[in-house]
Amino acid sequence: MSGFRNRNGKSVLLKMVEGIQSNKDYLGDIDGLIGDGDHGMNMNKGFSVFKDRFKDADISFTEGLDELGTILLNEIGGSMGPIYGTIFMDMAEAGEEAEEITLEVLSDMMTAGFAGLCDIIEAKVGDKTLVDTLSPAVDVLKEAAESGKDFQAALEEMKAAAEKGRDSTKDIVAKFGRSSRLGERSRGVLDAGAASCCIILQTMADGMIELLSE
Amino acid sequence: MQRILNNPDDIVDEMLQGFLKAHAEIVEATENKRVVKAKDIPEGKVGVVTGGGSGHKPAFIGYVGKNLCDAAAVGEICSSPTAAAFLDAFKAADQGKGVACLYGNYSGDNMNVKMAVKMAKKAGITVKTVVANDDVASAPGDQREKRRGVAGEVLMWKVGGAKAAKGGDLDEVINAAQKAIDHTRSVGIGLSPCTLPAVGHPNFEIKEGTMEVGIGHHGEPGIEVCQLESAKDMAKRMVDVVLPDYPFEKGDEVAVLVSGLGATPVMELYVLYDEIDKLLKEKGIKTYKAYVGNYFTSLEMMGATLTVMKLDEELKELIDMPAYSMGLKQL
Repeated sequence: MSGFRNRNGKSVLLKMVEGIQSNKDYLGDIDGLIGDGDHGMNMNKGFSVFKDRFKDADISFTEGLDELGTILLNEIGGSMGPIYGTIFMDMAEAGEEAEEITLEVLSDMMTAGFAGLCDIIEAKVGDKTLVDTLSPAVDVLKEAAESGKDFQAALEEMKAAAEKGRDSTKDIVAKFGRSSRLGERSRGVLDAGAASCCIILQTMADGMIELLSE
Repeated sequence: MQRILNNPDDIVDEMLQGFLKAHAEIVEATENKRVVKAKDIPEGKVGVVTGGGSGHKPAFIGYVGKNLCDAAAVGEICSSPTAAAFLDAFKAADQGKGVACLYGNYSGDNMNVKMAVKMAKKAGITVKTVVANDDVASAPGDQREKRRGVAGEVLMWKVGGAKAAKGGDLDEVINAAQKAIDHTRSVGIGLSPCTLPAVGHPNFEIKEGTMEVGIGHHGEPGIEVCQLESAKDMAKRMVDVVLPDYPFEKGDEVAVLVSGLGATPVMELYVLYDEIDKLLKEKGIKTYKAYVGNYFTSLEMMGATLTVMKLDEELKELIDMPAYSMGLKQL
C-alpha cells in the first residue's frame, strides 16, 4: 500500500498531541532560556483542548488538522497560535479532497502549510526559528515525492532532516521573536519553536509509519 | 511565589470578571470573553481598538473608555490575543466608519492583527493600523521599525481616541495616532524581574543592587546592567537615552509620562519625576502635561519607564481633551 486512508488518520493527530503533552516542560525550559518560558504551556493547552474535544469524534486526518489549527489560531493566540494554526489549516486545505494520504499528498500538504507560514512571517532559514526545522523537512518530502521514493523511507528521512534543522538553531543568533532582543546571548540555545516543530513532525511521521505498517 | 491566585491558568479570565464588575460604568463584556468594549460608545465615530497580552495593567483594557479606545482584545499573560479576539474587537468598535487598530510592535501581535485585518476585510470592515515603536533601547535609530511599543502607547491611545471622539475620519485618526507615536520616545529601567504565575519562577535575573537600563516590558534585555543608582542619576540616565534620540531640544513643549513597572511604590515615581523635571528645565524643554503613576506595568517588576512626546498645536488639543477610563481619568 502506498499510503493510508485519510479517514483512519486521527491516530496520527493523537500521536502529535501526545508528543506535545509529554514535552511540555522540556519546551517550557528551552523557551525560558531565551524566551518567556510559556511555549510548552501554550502548546500543551492548545493540543490538549483538541484532544478533549475530538477524542470521541469520527474525524479524518485532514479534518482533525483543520480543527487543531483553528483551535490554535482562535483560542491560543500569542505567536505560536497563528504560526501553527496557519500551517495546519493550510495543510488541511491542500489535502482535504484526498481519500488516501500518499507521499505526494503529504508533500503537497506540507508545501502548502509552509507557504502559508511564509505569508505571515518574514523569517528565513538561518534566522533561528521553526523555519529551520520545517523548511528542510518539506524539501526532503518534495524530493522524495518527485523521485517516487517509498513513503515510509521518506518519513524517516524527514524526521532526520527536522532534527538536523532543529539542532542547527543552537549556534545561530536569533533575528525574530522575543529571543532576538537577546542578540549574541541567544547563541548556544535551541529555538523553542524549532524544537516544538521537530516534535510535531517526528510524532506525525511516527503515527503515519504505524498506519503504513498495519 | 507570593501572589493572589486561584488556578494560575484561570488568572486572565478571573481578572476580567473582576474588572468588568468593578468598572461597570465604563466597560462591558462582549460575546467574546476576551474582548472588552466601552459602554455607550457615541454613534457614528471611527472605532478605536487596541489589544495585547495580559499582565500590563492598566494596559490594555484600562484604556477602553470615553474619548479613548472603544474596545480591546485580551491575550494570555505576556502573549498576544488571538486573531479572533482582535476581529471581534473590531466588530465591537465598528460603526461603519472604519476602525483604527493602535497596538505595540511585538511579533505575536503583528501576526494576529494582520490576520484579523484580513478577516475583517472579508466581513466588510475597514481596519487601518498604527504600530507603536517608542522604546529607544530596543533597536538603533536607523531600525525604528524594529523597536517595541511601550508606555508611549498610552499617549498614542489618548491622541487617537481624542481625534476619533472629535469626529475625525479613519485617515485623520490614523494620522494623528501615527504622529503621536512618531513624536514619542521611551526608555525603561528595571530593578527586579517578573514571574509568569503559571511558570512560577522569574525567567530572567536582575541581581540585588543592580539595575537594567533599557529593559523591555517582558524582561527583554536592555542596553546595560549597572549598579543601582540614586533617583537623580537614574533620571539623568533615562533623559540621556530619550532626549537625543528624537531629538528633543531647547524650546520644545512636551508631554511626559512616568510609569511604574508594577511593584515600585508610586511615591518613588514622584521622586523620579521631580528629578526628570529638573533636567528637562535645565535643557529648556517645557513640560506642558505630565502623567505619573502605574500606566503600563510588567506584572510585579520593579522599576519605571520614561516617555516623552513632543507636542504641536494639534497634539496639545488632543492631549487636553477629557478622557475617562480605568487607567486614565482626565478632566
